[in-house]
Amino acid sequence: MKRLSLFNVVSLTLGFTFLYLPIVLLVIYSFNAGRSVAVWGGWSTKWYGSVFENQQLLDAAWITLKVGVLSASVATILGTMAAIALSRHGRFHGRTLFSAMVYAPLVMPEVITGLSLLLLFVALNIDRGFWTIVLSHITFTMCFVAVVVQSRLSSFDRSIEEAALDLGCTPFMTFFRITLPIILPAVISAWMLAFTLSLDDLVIASFTTGPGATTLPMKIYSDVRLGVKPEINAICSLMVAVVTIAVIIASVLTKHQEVERERAERLAANAP
Amino acid sequence: MAKPLQTQNRRWIVTAIPYLWMVIFFLVPFFIVLKISFSNSEIAQPPYSPVFDLIVDGWDETLDKLASLTTDNYLRLIQDSIYSSSYLSSLWIAGSSTVMMLFIAYPIAYGMARAPKSWRPTLVMMVILPFWTSFLIRVYAWIAILSEEGLLNSALTWLGVIDEPIQILSTNMAVYIGILYSYLPFMVLPLYSNLEKMDDSLIEAAKDLGCTQIGAFWRVTFPLSLPGVIAGCFLVFIPAVGEFVIPDLLGGSDTIMIGKTMWEEFFNNRDWPAASGVAIALLIILMIPIMIFQTNEARQQEAGR
Repeated sequence: MKRLSLFNVVSLTLGFTFLYLPIVLLVIYSFNAGRSVAVWGGWSTKWYGSVFENQQLLDAAWITLKVGVLSASVATILGTMAAIALSRHGRFHGRTLFSAMVYAPLVMPEVITGLSLLLLFVALNIDRGFWTIVLSHITFTMCFVAVVVQSRLSSFDRSIEEAALDLGCTPFMTFFRITLPIILPAVISAWMLAFTLSLDDLVIASFTTGPGATTLPMKIYSDVRLGVKPEINAICSLMVAVVTIAVIIASVLTKHQEVERERAERLAANAP
Repeated sequence: MAKPLQTQNRRWIVTAIPYLWMVIFFLVPFFIVLKISFSNSEIAQPPYSPVFDLIVDGWDETLDKLASLTTDNYLRLIQDSIYSSSYLSSLWIAGSSTVMMLFIAYPIAYGMARAPKSWRPTLVMMVILPFWTSFLIRVYAWIAILSEEGLLNSALTWLGVIDEPIQILSTNMAVYIGILYSYLPFMVLPLYSNLEKMDDSLIEAAKDLGCTQIGAFWRVTFPLSLPGVIAGCFLVFIPAVGEFVIPDLLGGSDTIMIGKTMWEEFFNNRDWPAASGVAIALLIILMIPIMIFQTNEARQQEAGR
């Protein structure tokens, strides 16, 4: 029987304090009435008020959200296709190159991805702006989608798919009636991952943007360079809140689905 | 046998679409960077020459333009000490923070793996959750803590540890803290997933055979967790080498890292060919660790099967 020693308890406590303290302090100080980031001047929500009056900030948030939803959705479709190709299509011509292209962007420094995409858009003479950010975000997030979906595809029983094919399903129908429902939790969490990666990205968006398309991280970055402002604390706290709620909802949903699936599998196993 | 053949024909579309996408948006851009790294810097739009256009120029002029490609950018990389020192300091900062990270992350992952089974999903979730919040925000949070009138200095002064505020922000120290903080989950998770699978009876056997608790750890647990250690180290080291946001926001003017140098070359000096040269050289440096990492992963997958 494993028991937590004092050493384990201390290292877990210190580790999680280190992980959470900065974010907690950021949120607390977003309610600071004073302008200082270190001196407490009483509770206030005025910085949240000024966030919603700052049109530039709101515009940037709206663009970021649009880029995130669009790119995550396309990346989920492309990434899922890539995952199917890698885990179901066996050996095809150029598979090594394909898997290298899918895995390489995961560890590629963002400055290189950003620069190379920008140079592509310049070479193709494409006007830079909203759509070039979307294209770039699709490209780097679809690789993360492919990895998440592929790990789910490789861990489930392929005989169910084969059974469906034997019973006369077309591969197309098999995917939508058998495979997709099983891998759906992974696809949803892959979408979430792609979405947050897109919301988060500063470097690639800075390279590939053009006039008029400023995303929220770009706006925050240029404000931070001018100095720490309580207003930035407020917008950051709002983003933390949105992500935390989304992650909790997603984990509850996947848990629920897993319980349902296990129940269905048990029923199927007990069926006469 | 008409049907399988037909499905075989349609199946290739599923591969072809993402394949084509990655060729256009990943492979082709890479070759463009390579080409521009051999170009000359110009004050023009686009800020480099030559610009190839086979249709307008015809063969002869294209050949002339080919001849005007230079290796000057690479010569500068070797000769100008700003580049070599930023490569070296990037590798040094990334390498030493990876080692420090191992010392911080191992006890956490070990504690998680020894926690009661019912706690473990929550603990994993708690490690991942900060990772979902914006990288920029997490780095930004440290500015308020580390700055001269920041929370850390106030706390230390209040405790009487220091008399005067010490400068932490805008030093390499702040860059280390930023890297350790931002990449912690990348080290903890591979270590945890390795340690969690470990068979307890091995440790019991070691103890029965006369090992002390600490001896059993160093002789059994640690060697068995090496694949997790390797995976974690590379997941931290590789992105840390090319890091831009952390040295830019937390570091000072004497913090030079290659990602920052490239950014400045591109945005401040508008020297696209030099930036491309820096990028290609960075890729070459990272090629070896990336290949070691992928071999390690492949071996892990083989073993898992």
